[in-house]
Amino acid sequence: MEGQIHRRNISGCGLAGMMSEDGRLMGGEAIIRSMEVLHDRSNGLGGGFAAYGIYPHKADYYALHIMYDDVKAKEETDVLLDERFEIDSEEIIPTKKSEAIPKGPLLWRYFVKPKVDFEDCGLCEEDYVIEAVMTVNSMVSGAFIFSSGKNMGAFKAVGYPEDVGKFYRLDEYEGYTWIGHGRFPTNTPGWWGGAHPFTILDWAIVHNGEISSYGINKRYLEMFGYKCTMLTDTEVVAYMFDLMLRRHNLPLEVACKALAAPFWTDIDRMKAKGNAKGDIYEALRMVYGGALLNGPFAIILGHTNGMVGLSDRVKLRPLTAARKDDMLYIASEEAAIREISPELDIVWNPKAGEPVVGELKNPVKKGSNKARELEETVA
Amino acid sequence: MKTYQLPEVRIERDKDRCINCGVCVRQCAFNAHKFDEDGEVYSEDEKCVACQRCVSLCPTNALYIKDNAPFVKDNANWTAETQKYIWKQAETGGVLLTGMGNPKPYPIYWDHLVLNASQVTNPSIDPLREPMELRTYLGSKPDHIEIEMVNGEPVLRTKIAPQIMLKTPILFSAMSYGAISYNACEALGRAATELGTFWNTGEGGLHRNLYKYAPNTIVQVASGRFGVHSEYLDAAAAIEIKIGQGAKPGIGGHLPGEKVGPAVSETRMIPVGSDALSPAPHHDIYSIEDLSQLIFSLKEATEYTKPISVKISAVHNVAAIASGIARAGADIIAIDGFRGGTGAAPTMIRDNVGIPIELAIAAVDARLREEGIRNRASIIAAGGFRNSGDVIKAIALGADAVYLGTAALVAMGCHVCQKCYTGKCNWGIATQNPYLEKRLNPDIAAERLYNLVRGWSHEISEMLGGMGINAIESLRGNRLHLRAVGLSREEMDVLGVQVAGSPMA
Amino acid sequence: MKRVYAKEEVCIGCRLCEVWCRTEHSRSKNIIKAHKSEFPPPVSRVLVEELMPVSFALQCRHCDEPECVESCITGALTKDESGRVVYNEEKCVGCWTCVLVCPYGAPQRDLERKKIAKCDLCPDRDTPACVEMCPNQALVYEER
Ligand code: SF4
Ligand code: SF4
Ligand code: SF4
Ligand code: SF4
Repeated sequence: MEGQIHRRNISGCGLAGMMSEDGRLMGGEAIIRSMEVLHDRSNGLGGGFAAYGIYPHKADYYALHIMYDDVKAKEETDVLLDERFEIDSEEIIPTKKSEAIPKGPLLWRYFVKPKVDFEDCGLCEEDYVIEAVMTVNSMVSGAFIFSSGKNMGAFKAVGYPEDVGKFYRLDEYEGYTWIGHGRFPTNTPGWWGGAHPFTILDWAIVHNGEISSYGINKRYLEMFGYKCTMLTDTEVVAYMFDLMLRRHNLPLEVACKALAAPFWTDIDRMKAKGNAKGDIYEALRMVYGGALLNGPFAIILGHTNGMVGLSDRVKLRPLTAARKDDMLYIASEEAAIREISPELDIVWNPKAGEPVVGELKNPVKKGSNKARELEETVA
Repeated sequence: MKTYQLPEVRIERDKDRCINCGVCVRQCAFNAHKFDEDGEVYSEDEKCVACQRCVSLCPTNALYIKDNAPFVKDNANWTAETQKYIWKQAETGGVLLTGMGNPKPYPIYWDHLVLNASQVTNPSIDPLREPMELRTYLGSKPDHIEIEMVNGEPVLRTKIAPQIMLKTPILFSAMSYGAISYNACEALGRAATELGTFWNTGEGGLHRNLYKYAPNTIVQVASGRFGVHSEYLDAAAAIEIKIGQGAKPGIGGHLPGEKVGPAVSETRMIPVGSDALSPAPHHDIYSIEDLSQLIFSLKEATEYTKPISVKISAVHNVAAIASGIARAGADIIAIDGFRGGTGAAPTMIRDNVGIPIELAIAAVDARLREEGIRNRASIIAAGGFRNSGDVIKAIALGADAVYLGTAALVAMGCHVCQKCYTGKCNWGIATQNPYLEKRLNPDIAAERLYNLVRGWSHEISEMLGGMGINAIESLRGNRLHLRAVGLSREEMDVLGVQVAGSPMA
Repeated sequence: MKRVYAKEEVCIGCRLCEVWCRTEHSRSKNIIKAHKSEFPPPVSRVLVEELMPVSFALQCRHCDEPECVESCITGALTKDESGRVVYNEEKCVGCWTCVLVCPYGAPQRDLERKKIAKCDLCPDRDTPACVEMCPNQALVYEER
């Protein structure tokens, strides 16, 4: 992706997410309507969505969504993919031409499995996929893998989010979690890949904010082998979750406390009261200082088993959450939630740095297929 | 032998103002002011070292010490300074000695680096109204922590190596009792305690009466092992192995016998009046694995209760050396740049050996990150930090904290006359003379040190807030907040910064 | 009552206390005039005693049972209700009796005026001049 985008985007944005904790599948119209309410939070320079549960028939395959500038980029990429993966199928991602969406790259979708058998090492298999994604994104000029999880997909383009949703015909997909984003960048690279969500494996991030700690967050991730090729805050957030949740196996809430760290005065108070969390947070801040996201942000993280909303440690960007039956909603504004669910059981404004967590009641087992098969046979 | 050296300064006394009170006469330990037989004050320029003590105390502002750089015929090669050194050595046949840090006009990279601030897209933070966190932990950290969920509650399974906690990322640098006066040590210990940071004994041991500051004391173990005993190690908050010092890389400390009075002798555990000469290397460390042994001996001796720091001077291969030190088990690496001060050093070494701290920090931080071991050791940078701007830039380059040596002395009264090695410090700092030592009232000096660090910490908070950052760790190694002005491509590469005007990535 | 106490461990023997005492007790209160042109010249009420490296500044102790008041032949020295030993220059005849009896050597002989000079704790100031101007805080003015 060299040369496609040279600078980090500074943007203020709108975001929304909805999830059925029962795992009920829902069409994409609702999230589009929700994002439409937040129209004024974006300026038409980027919109996007991620949806989970949309490829049930190919759930064992990594779904790669790829943007190609030209056929040559596809040819080069195909060689790299061929070396690494068995390609079950590939196709053009269906879209509907629209005045509202400028002409963009070629959009392809592949369903793949690693050629290497990782036995029961799920971590190794996922690292392998990440490595492949990073290789394509950094080596092939004009190619960009913007989605690489299983049974999920990201869809993004230059345009207003509601137009992007219609362009990708999201009403034809059914997922149990949907997140959406509209951008308001203060500079205009006009590149489709620059829209949100940013994804790696099944982690998808939509983000509103600017992270002043970006410089160290990036260097911190590099220490663990991540390459931040896109120079965006958001990419960094996605990798941070990957590092802490997948590789370091931290509980979600603890990981959120590394990103939006509690203040020392609060930690000291907890420790004085003998609250064990005080020690955890102290250790967390010592060890994960490089992961602290400093500066205003509100994010929604989507992943196979749930959805998380989080704001920065002083809450400089808006975030509202609501529940209705098995549904969890998170959005920049309450109006975006009311639009699709006028009746709500509860609406609240999460405190600074307090994560809002949605979890599938029956979580999907992760790891390599082999590992899962093993586990299933044992069960 | 008649000296050919020319006076470097001229003492001007405004006779209309001078009241002949003799304060200057009594204050100058170099005897530059005298009473003549009629009881009138007069001065001998050639004796003056320009410490400004008389000027500061003259009650009528009658004195002015003027630069009197001798005029030698214009010559870029044979400057007055180069000739002065030759005259001196032609007269003495000795090694040129001096004090304080490298004064040569090498580039000061701090002055070529500028900081960022937020505008519009990102709110700046007002440290007066919002929390601003400067707390810093020094010590080895693991790469990750392990948390186990027990009955839905997270439980910490990782035991983190011992750390020292600083309320602000500034410590006082190693300055030994012997090189500096008891009162200076007392002031440093007291100020460090009040500030919630640390001072460092240097290689001079810890005076009995100063054990009360032990919880805020880093004790040094240097090649001479002066004053090292188990109680000393046990009392300390952290232990520092001194390998090198920025002002004189490659050579050991030197305390002339005149400075070794009974108290220094007792503290250092050496005979009164004997020269305290530290060997250039530690004679039990001839390579990195020997260093590792010493690190672990000290850890064993103190039962793994305190971090072990290793201090080196910044030399050409500093990054690789630092990496070796981290791998050898050090919890903290202190790097002293070539502008770092000293009580006594050969002039030629001070002025020609070592590299600037700015480049050293950048190289070491980058190297440790490349190798994925940056968490294993904290970095303390030292060597000529002049103000909070230098400190915050050092942190942005990748240092965890900064040692202040010269700045602390200046806060106490030092005017950087570079005559520390004479033991005649008119400010009562670099002396053991009981008459001079009294000039440093520890109450006043501690307060001045406290004020200085407090002021700098406020400034750091404000600059952080301006960048939209409210915790110091988010600036540490965050070189995107630095931009270079007037540096070459190569220099920017080493520093890992871009030219001012380039965008935020 | 508040008295001036010396901290000998930080007195550096600079004698600035004497300079400022003279200035305070001069007619002009201008340091340069006081020392260069006033006649008779002001006399310092504080005296720095030194045996290097020890030094300290000494002035009238305002004793609870002052020998000088007992022995002054003209009543020039009295103890007031606040406890100060007060000196009335008008009454002094320069007999030096107080100089002889003071165990501290506090009263100074003013040879020009043929009277004594003695610390009055600088009635025009909140803190005596010597205390305020000492560069090393070697004098304190406090209740003990
Ligand atoms: S201290 Fe100043 S006024 Fe006093 S003798 Fe010296 S020059 Fe003159
Ligand atoms: S050496 Fe210091 S005290 Fe002595 S004359 Fe020079 S400036 Fe004054
Ligand atoms: S410590 Fe004293 S002798 Fe050394 S430079 Fe400072 S004033 Fe001069
Ligand atoms: S001014 Fe202070 S330090 Fe100087 S002689 Fe007087 S009491 Fe001592």
